[in-house]
Amino acid sequence: MTVIAPACEAELAEAIRAANGPFAIRGGGTRSPAADRPVLSTAGLVGVVLYEPGALTLVVKAGTPLAEVEDVLAAKNQRLAFEPMDHRPVLGTSGDPTIGGALAVNASGPRRVQAGAARDFLLGAVFVDGEGTRVRNGGRVMKNVTGYDLARLQAGARGSLGVLTELSFKVLPVPERVATLALACDTPGRAVAEMSRALGSPYEVTGAAWDGARVLLRIEGFADSVAYRAGELARIIPGLAPADEDPWPALRDGAALAPMERDIWRVSLRASHGAVLAERLREAGAAVQLDWGGALLWAATAPGTDLRAEMADLGGHATRLRGQGSTPARHPDPAPVAALAAGLRQKFDPRGLFAPEG
Amino acid sequence: MELPSPNPAILDRRAEIVARLKAALPAGTVIDDPRGLVAYECDALTAYRCPPLAVALPRSTQEVAEALKICHEMGVPVVPRGAGTSLAGGSLPTGDAVVIGVARLTRVLETDYADRIIRVETGRTNLSVTGAVEADGFFYAPDPSSQLACAISGNIGMNSGGAHCLKYGVTTNNLLGVTMVLMDGTVVEIGGAHMDAGDLDLLSVICGSEGQLGIVTEATLRILPKPEGARPVLMGFGSSRVAGACVSDIIEAGVLPVAIEFMDRPCIRACEAFAHAGYPDVEALLIIEVEGSPAEIDHQLRLIRGIAERHGPEVIRESTTAEESAAIWLGRKSAFGAMGQINDYMCLDGTIPVTELPLVLERIGELSAQYGLGVANVFHAGDGNMHPLILFDANKPGDLELCEQMGADILKLCVEVGGCLTGEHGVGVEKRDLMTVQFSEDDLEAQLKVKDVFDPKWLLNAAKVFPLAVTEGRRP
Repeated sequence: MTVIAPACEAELAEAIRAANGPFAIRGGGTRSPAADRPVLSTAGLVGVVLYEPGALTLVVKAGTPLAEVEDVLAAKNQRLAFEPMDHRPVLGTSGDPTIGGALAVNASGPRRVQAGAARDFLLGAVFVDGEGTRVRNGGRVMKNVTGYDLARLQAGARGSLGVLTELSFKVLPVPERVATLALACDTPGRAVAEMSRALGSPYEVTGAAWDGARVLLRIEGFADSVAYRAGELARIIPGLAPADEDPWPALRDGAALAPMERDIWRVSLRASHGAVLAERLREAGAAVQLDWGGALLWAATAPGTDLRAEMADLGGHATRLRGQGSTPARHPDPAPVAALAAGLRQKFDPRGLFAPEG
Repeated sequence: MELPSPNPAILDRRAEIVARLKAALPAGTVIDDPRGLVAYECDALTAYRCPPLAVALPRSTQEVAEALKICHEMGVPVVPRGAGTSLAGGSLPTGDAVVIGVARLTRVLETDYADRIIRVETGRTNLSVTGAVEADGFFYAPDPSSQLACAISGNIGMNSGGAHCLKYGVTTNNLLGVTMVLMDGTVVEIGGAHMDAGDLDLLSVICGSEGQLGIVTEATLRILPKPEGARPVLMGFGSSRVAGACVSDIIEAGVLPVAIEFMDRPCIRACEAFAHAGYPDVEALLIIEVEGSPAEIDHQLRLIRGIAERHGPEVIRESTTAEESAAIWLGRKSAFGAMGQINDYMCLDGTIPVTELPLVLERIGELSAQYGLGVANVFHAGDGNMHPLILFDANKPGDLELCEQMGADILKLCVEVGGCLTGEHGVGVEKRDLMTVQFSEDDLEAQLKVKDVFDPKWLLNAAKVFPLAVTEGRRP
């Protein structure tokens, strides 16, 4: 397959203007299946443009590997607080995830429940639209309501409105201490109730997940604070006890479900409905996990299962990350909303160069 | 500042427009008498006034849709309005526009503490959203200074922030879903009680679109458990430069206070006279608030004091009682009112990288001397959101224009050092003509395309946000 890897933004814009058929946009290629179109790669758009630890600000080229970004931040004891998911275990892909790819799919890990999603930490973006026009939006400051927020609109758009070339993020300090607490629990209803209790407390829980057998809670901060809050949480949730391992990367990546020969779904829905759907899916034989206090449901279902049929009364949306079915991988929006999205795509990419794959 | 002249063809049809609105909406919903319309001639940017053609105050989403449908069919411009507290002229009417206000949509539709959400009608005031949940230990985080009066609809329109958004984020970070009526009367549900978008994140662009994409009538908001406690510390410094450097050091040290507020001497004196908060008489004052249990608060304040000591503060005073804390915040939150008692002023809202604070404060001082207009500074230092208040005399011919010129110079400075024109108030009409300082033609065109999709006839609040010359071919 042809791969076009422009060395700079101007070359990228030129390649887009010269194109006459759709591209597969790729950063590290870890978050999408193999391309069946010519690849437009951001591998040449790399490097940190500006990093000001005292302003909690990072500006970086979109093709920069995530690992490199994390190293730069770690050197100043800072990090990307949205904890982007690594899609490789579930999708069986290889390569190096990029910061642009993480933002393009709004990849947000367990800390989403407290700190926010990738989109919440985005301060600005530069992208090249489907006519080869460079657009800058947002900036590098924490508060900015100047004009429409087209930068945040790119989060989760999967490049369908333009190819990301440069991104600015708010970063946060790495906490002094992290602790995980666990509670044995085998029903999703009780799991969500306990997670809600924890998340409704003032103890700033930064992770609340259920792995099928245990409720897992995470607290982060100064050492004394973490000790204090762990004690208080154990007081309001009897049976909660410190866990030795760090379960969060595996929960973030759906690692326990990945080896199963099943379809993998990620469902975003109201927390209490997460409990309802988890119960239904478990009865139907699926393997289920919950994150974000119940508002994110992971399911491994028998190949070809239409999970959406189980959630028609619950709201939210389901994405099939892995597997082939007769239904679309992404949840169809209601018609008037879909019309707005289609209208935006038509404006920013009138030739359909960035049309969603698959 | 120029507003488009009203379309005579629409003014000629005034009686017909009013009659159709009155026929479609319940009695008491449509205002068209000249005295009643005066109440809607401006918002908190009182320097500019223009009574609208008519005002509609619907009581339901369906009635909003009816009103919009009529205006859409008849090609009548619409100016959405929440509580009318915009400092940027976001709800300033034009003479040929129908103002559609959501002030009567104030109900709480649903509260769910387990899922930590509240669904409200958007005419509800910001503070009364917290009011609906605080007895149960929750709050709604964005806290603009106008929170007692401003409506959630306006908060969404302007993506409002507040003092505490250093920790909790602004409106866009706390908004989960909306019911919105498009200009043609279509009602759309976007988002909901779940956390992220299925396809395009349309909430991103709706929040902060200044009433140009639709009228939001209901909103699902994230509510948070109240912290165990919070305590501010006051620190006085001999210069703004030193205070600015202290802010940067605190942030870099990994302490994340919930708020870091800055005031300079003119502002401190005005607040002190107004609210008797016990502020020291110093060149620059920081109010830094931290949250947690008593021990957690002590620990964080110890770290902050340690950093501050290195900058030679003239005063450090920790609040020791709830009353003292309340007084400290009352002083800060009444800053605009306090300044208003002693002078006419124009409030700016540019944001800069925190590291540029000392430089920008110095340059503002130079501009103040150059223009011969006083400036009081009060702002959210932790996130670089400046609020210089330029003092002028509204009764002195030419003073407002001079003040606007100086304001434009300050905002250009904000952009020049890597910041932006507005951090939380919005562009409105006030900063509309400066948009080309921050954005290229292509950058602006990309934003206009979004409005083309949501409001193809460009009827909604169309004379705002973008320079009139830029939107010339699009507006009717």
